[in-house]
Amino acid sequence: MTTLENGSGTGAASPGPGTTPPKASRPAKPRRRSRHNREENRAGLFLISPTFIIILVAVVLPIIWAISLAFQDVRLINIRGTGIIGEYTLDNFVDVLTSPGFFSALWTTIVYSVCGTALAIGVGLIAALALRKPFRGRGLVRASLLLPYVAPVVAATFVWSTMLNPQFGIVNWFGQNVLGWEDPVAFLSDRALPVNIFGWEVDLPIALITVILFEGWRSFPFAFLFLTARLEAVPGVLDEAARVDGATPTQRFRHILLPQLLPTIAVLCVLRFIWTFNNFDDIYLLTGGGAGTEVVSVRVFDLLTARGDIGAAAAQALVLAAILAVLVGIYLKFFGKQEEQA
Amino acid sequence: MSAQTTTVRSTTRAPRRGMTRDSFENGLFRILRPIVIVLLLLVAVVPFYYMVLLSFRSLDSLVQNPGALWITIQELDFSTYLKVLAPVDAGGQGFIVFMRNSLLVALATVVLTLAVSIPGSYAVSRLAFFGRRQVSALFLAVYFFPAILLAVPLFVFFTQIGLRGSLVGLLLVYVSQVAAVSIYTLRNYFATIPVSLEEAAALDGASRFQIMRKVSIPLAMPAIVSNGLFIFMIAWNEFLFALLFLIEKRDSWTVSLGLSQLSGSIEVPTTVLMAGSVILTLPIILLFFASERLLVGGLTAGAEKG
Repeated sequence: MTTLENGSGTGAASPGPGTTPPKASRPAKPRRRSRHNREENRAGLFLISPTFIIILVAVVLPIIWAISLAFQDVRLINIRGTGIIGEYTLDNFVDVLTSPGFFSALWTTIVYSVCGTALAIGVGLIAALALRKPFRGRGLVRASLLLPYVAPVVAATFVWSTMLNPQFGIVNWFGQNVLGWEDPVAFLSDRALPVNIFGWEVDLPIALITVILFEGWRSFPFAFLFLTARLEAVPGVLDEAARVDGATPTQRFRHILLPQLLPTIAVLCVLRFIWTFNNFDDIYLLTGGGAGTEVVSVRVFDLLTARGDIGAAAAQALVLAAILAVLVGIYLKFFGKQEEQA
Repeated sequence: MSAQTTTVRSTTRAPRRGMTRDSFENGLFRILRPIVIVLLLLVAVVPFYYMVLLSFRSLDSLVQNPGALWITIQELDFSTYLKVLAPVDAGGQGFIVFMRNSLLVALATVVLTLAVSIPGSYAVSRLAFFGRRQVSALFLAVYFFPAILLAVPLFVFFTQIGLRGSLVGLLLVYVSQVAAVSIYTLRNYFATIPVSLEEAAALDGASRFQIMRKVSIPLAMPAIVSNGLFIFMIAWNEFLFALLFLIEKRDSWTVSLGLSQLSGSIEVPTTVLMAGSVILTLPIILLFFASERLLVGGLTAGAEKG
């Protein structure tokens, strides 16, 4: 088990024992041991430093600078003269929080992330269960199901918007000629679509639903992949024993498989939520943030490029990151313990 | 099957009703399973089929008959590909140049990232150095950071130093974005290689760097290759930073950026841009199917950041 001890880097416990005991027992240890440690320390620092420097220069310093920019009145026009030090002010944050549309954008972001995550994991789970038993061509089917995830997002959004096009899109053609729709539906540019469900007149937020469906389509393969890997690790004996005891398929899923899958599902929820929450590409490319699909990251982009208001863009991005950190923190606080138990 | 029914009958807890529920569910799922598989397959693949289909049609035939799901030999129209690939002077969209840019950036990202992350991940997994835990945590945090927050200062910085429009600036950002993922996945792989192998080499008198070069890296080759492919895909597919940095200089556009910029214009027919989509997607799909087994490991370990 030496590999385990030396292996995990973020695993909180392992580096601790490696570094502290020699210090505590220094007098007892022979000289050679500490020289070896020093040499290892130097080699480690030397090997990690290129990555560390790149991340410091291209990620850490920019983020510190973004925080500084968020507290200054900086616009693209007066950008030449600005640095880390400037006149700090809270105006950007006040503007962001009081600006019209911020809270609706935040709400849209949350709805989009929650529904997109749930859809992706739900479909991914169904796919993983359906493909559990081997059959001819399963490998090819499995690989094909991963296509939406690996394909470039620009091509995927472009095909979707062509398929959903009101004039010559295949979906509207099908709807009008086969399903008998009266008018073509502008899936990506209509804010609301009045629909009659059992006599109830309901306004469906059609553009928002479409981008959520796109998110589900694009990321279900990710959940499918994780859940398939986990399913393969479930011992077959458990399932077999339950079958012998007369448990039906749904009972076996509920009492045998689901408890085994829950930790994976929980991790997937966190990962997918974080990425969907931060997502910019999909919505920018599908709707440009119009028709009730404006999420916070698209607002940041517009502030930055269209209005050139750098300070406000930085402040808004910071607010986004902070809200995400709080949401994930709350989740981990309440569900993190259960995950470990499960 | 018969063994199963006998066991069910013999248990006291499962009378007739339980048995019927069991056989009902078994029957239901036997019918549902293939239906679900076919539906999922259609949902995943049809958009790509449609993409290829439209790329071979002319705009006229599309507008006249939008519902056609196949194409006759007579209708096949390869001119869309010529139009999208030809340089702008020749009346095309210049996708050859975009592809060259994408390829350059993606390959350089792979090489540079692996060059820094192989030693880095080895260090994180094997060597006890000061601050190892903090460095790992930092790399992991980078991975979850909103790209849009990073976009603001980088946009400002590249504007200030006049690097906007340069592929080198983009390359630096890509490397910094994927290095964290790369270190994370490679580290996990290095951890599975038995330390005893390295200790044996050390007893034979090999130095730390000789061990790394001759023992550890060759053993980690499968992980390194799958990681490299994965980085290539991220860099090839990336859109946000390309949009921020390159938009003003058409000559430096990547394929993703080129497609997104041209898809908004009325002058370029949709079918021509579908040919562009195929050109953007095809390398990735070929790469994916050629190395699917290797890549799936990289996909589960990493994700979509970039």
